[in-house]
Amino acid sequence: MSKRTELLCTAASLDELERLIAAGADAFVIGETRYGMRLAGEFSEAQIAAAVAMAKPRGVRIYVSINNLIENERLPELPGYIDTLAAAGVDAIVFGDPAVLMTVRASHPELGLHWNAEMTSTNYATANFWGRRGATRFVVARELNMDQIVEMKQHTELQVEVQVHGMTNIYHSKRYLLQSYADHNRTTKPADLPPGQLVTGKDQGLFLMEAERPEERFPIFEDSNGTHVMSSDDICMLENLHELLEAGIDSLKIDGFMKSTIYNETVVRAYRQAIDAYYADPAGYQFDEAALEPIQALQDPDRELSFGFFYKEQVY
Amino acid sequence: MATEVLPRLKGKRHRLERPELLAPAGNLEKLKYAVHYGADAVYIGGQKYGLRSNADNFTFDEMREGVEFAARYGAKVFVATNIYAHNEDIEGLEDYLRELEAAGIAAIIAADPLIVETAMRVSPKLEVHLSTQQSTLNWQAVQFWKNEGLPRVVLGRETSLEQIAEIKANVDIEIEAFIHGAMCSSFSGRCVLSNHFTDRDSNRGGCCQSCRWKYDLHVPEQGAVDEEDLFTMGSKDLCMIEHMPALIESGVDSFKIEGRMKSLHYVATVVNAYRQAIDTYFENPDSYELNPAWVEEINKAANRPLNTGFFFDTPGAEDHIYEAEDKAAPYDFAGVVMDYDPATGWATIQQRNHFKPGQEIEFFGPEGFFKQIVGELTDDQGEPLNAARHPLQLVRLRTEHPVRPMDMMRKRINK
Ligand code: SF4
Repeated sequence: MSKRTELLCTAASLDELERLIAAGADAFVIGETRYGMRLAGEFSEAQIAAAVAMAKPRGVRIYVSINNLIENERLPELPGYIDTLAAAGVDAIVFGDPAVLMTVRASHPELGLHWNAEMTSTNYATANFWGRRGATRFVVARELNMDQIVEMKQHTELQVEVQVHGMTNIYHSKRYLLQSYADHNRTTKPADLPPGQLVTGKDQGLFLMEAERPEERFPIFEDSNGTHVMSSDDICMLENLHELLEAGIDSLKIDGFMKSTIYNETVVRAYRQAIDAYYADPAGYQFDEAALEPIQALQDPDRELSFGFFYKEQVY
Repeated sequence: MATEVLPRLKGKRHRLERPELLAPAGNLEKLKYAVHYGADAVYIGGQKYGLRSNADNFTFDEMREGVEFAARYGAKVFVATNIYAHNEDIEGLEDYLRELEAAGIAAIIAADPLIVETAMRVSPKLEVHLSTQQSTLNWQAVQFWKNEGLPRVVLGRETSLEQIAEIKANVDIEIEAFIHGAMCSSFSGRCVLSNHFTDRDSNRGGCCQSCRWKYDLHVPEQGAVDEEDLFTMGSKDLCMIEHMPALIESGVDSFKIEGRMKSLHYVATVVNAYRQAIDTYFENPDSYELNPAWVEEINKAANRPLNTGFFFDTPGAEDHIYEAEDKAAPYDFAGVVMDYDPATGWATIQQRNHFKPGQEIEFFGPEGFFKQIVGELTDDQGEPLNAARHPLQLVRLRTEHPVRPMDMMRKRINK
């Protein structure tokens, strides 16, 4: 049989990383906000080295995210950061900006390069373009459907990564929209928001509600990369995982962003079992409904588990 | 609007080359007016691969006519092919690009490497400009695209003037920047609100401006911060008319105006103002002064409050639109001049909006403007009228100064 599909996870800390390895993760994306976007937690260079030391002996791979939208000011420190990561023994760099691609190619061609431009990685010809420039994997936009994903895999030599669980980003601005709103509010109605009261980080639980959609809550937060709005539902493809496995997708990602370790552990375990059951007998594989129950038990009741865009047709 | 003025960028006092003024054209008529009012180049959308799927986009025949018209003014026509394509969009792309090349289009504006690469292979005479949808913000990324053979990059709207100058100092390539119009408040290409709300794909032209919908911000345990004064992601519109020397001296090669969906009146008015500002600067950079009339002109067409985007600083509270958007332009487009008889002083006007004798109107064209009151009004046969009621109807009236075909007539909106 060809290479097995990888179960890729995020980790908020070394502790979570260790627990998710035990739960069955094959690989991790980690990093720090200075270079990477919307990470589950912050890993300093030393912590990345510790993560590699923890993962390597167990055959687990570590990828580091440098997929920020990069401005001139950040360029000078990129080569040094990449040197450090290479020395630590990471397996791949996740990038969106060509500046990162060029830097890695010039100094560390041995590193894997995962192209993740989020919403804009939408067709196989573009994936192959980045492949010819040195990318080894591409991360499919979350807004594609199953047919498009399967077709992509058939038309590229690159590894294909698909997010199968968790929330997704739906809006990213460089503007500090929460801070702006607080400032605006303070000048018009000082009573609403005494100074300093609106704390805007990702752990604050702030969310938006759109007037016509009272059922949905869209998490919103700010960090040094600007303002991020997240989906109101969590993708959960456990039920139909075999479709992706049959298509030969190389990596299935569980994004544990904004989730507790216990939740992530439960999710990783469920996907691990499904993948293992599939490989034990691909022809006879049947999804076990009961596998969803532990996830449902921990699922935030305000957040629906959905198939994302996997079975949708979009118009434009 | 940001009040801070950037100190003159070191070492770059003047520049010799005039930047290109690049205007939007939603249809053939707008193209002609944009060029007539001073655009050096216009960008349009074709039937496919563009991000304005509901603009009345150009057929190849219209493109040919537009290219021919523009050439008489020495102006160029670009086509936006700026979607992020899906697999199924690949088929047909080569033919489409060859048609554009054959129609005499000078350049395409593309974001997706699929389109960039295909164009270079099948339509070598088409220049490829990297779209702002790529959100390119640093000089190494610009260098990457130069190495790929692109002569021009449209930067992300998040770059400041200082960053632009640094990019220009590091890479020998044309830089295009948006200087006027509506803006995505997100990084371009990094918003799928419309996909999530309405199953419309924003990166293929389906955006339904969801960032301007109504949102409550909730704090856990506390509820909405303020149910009347809502949270917003909506930005004010960009306007750099008051900062032309800084913009010119930063080295930007092409000044781009947003608005393929905007009216003929809007395009002509905005292009006219920037044309005059650029030309005034190049007549004598040392004595350049902002003419308040340019700002007034722009305000006659603006339908949102204005600001300076990221050019000087990251936008703050004063740069977003919290209240309901009610700032409609104070003037309405009323008609265009089709003909003028210098012997009698009568002009033939094609009606674009209701007007009648006694109303205050303004004529303007590339040569200047004047106000007057509508006097006697007739149809094109000389029969008296008490109002110009019908769209595109030809009517005649006496103008107080000579006018030329393609001059425009606007009326003040009586609130
Ligand atoms: S919803 Fe707003 S920010 Fe998003 S793509 Fe549309 S205009 Fe841009």
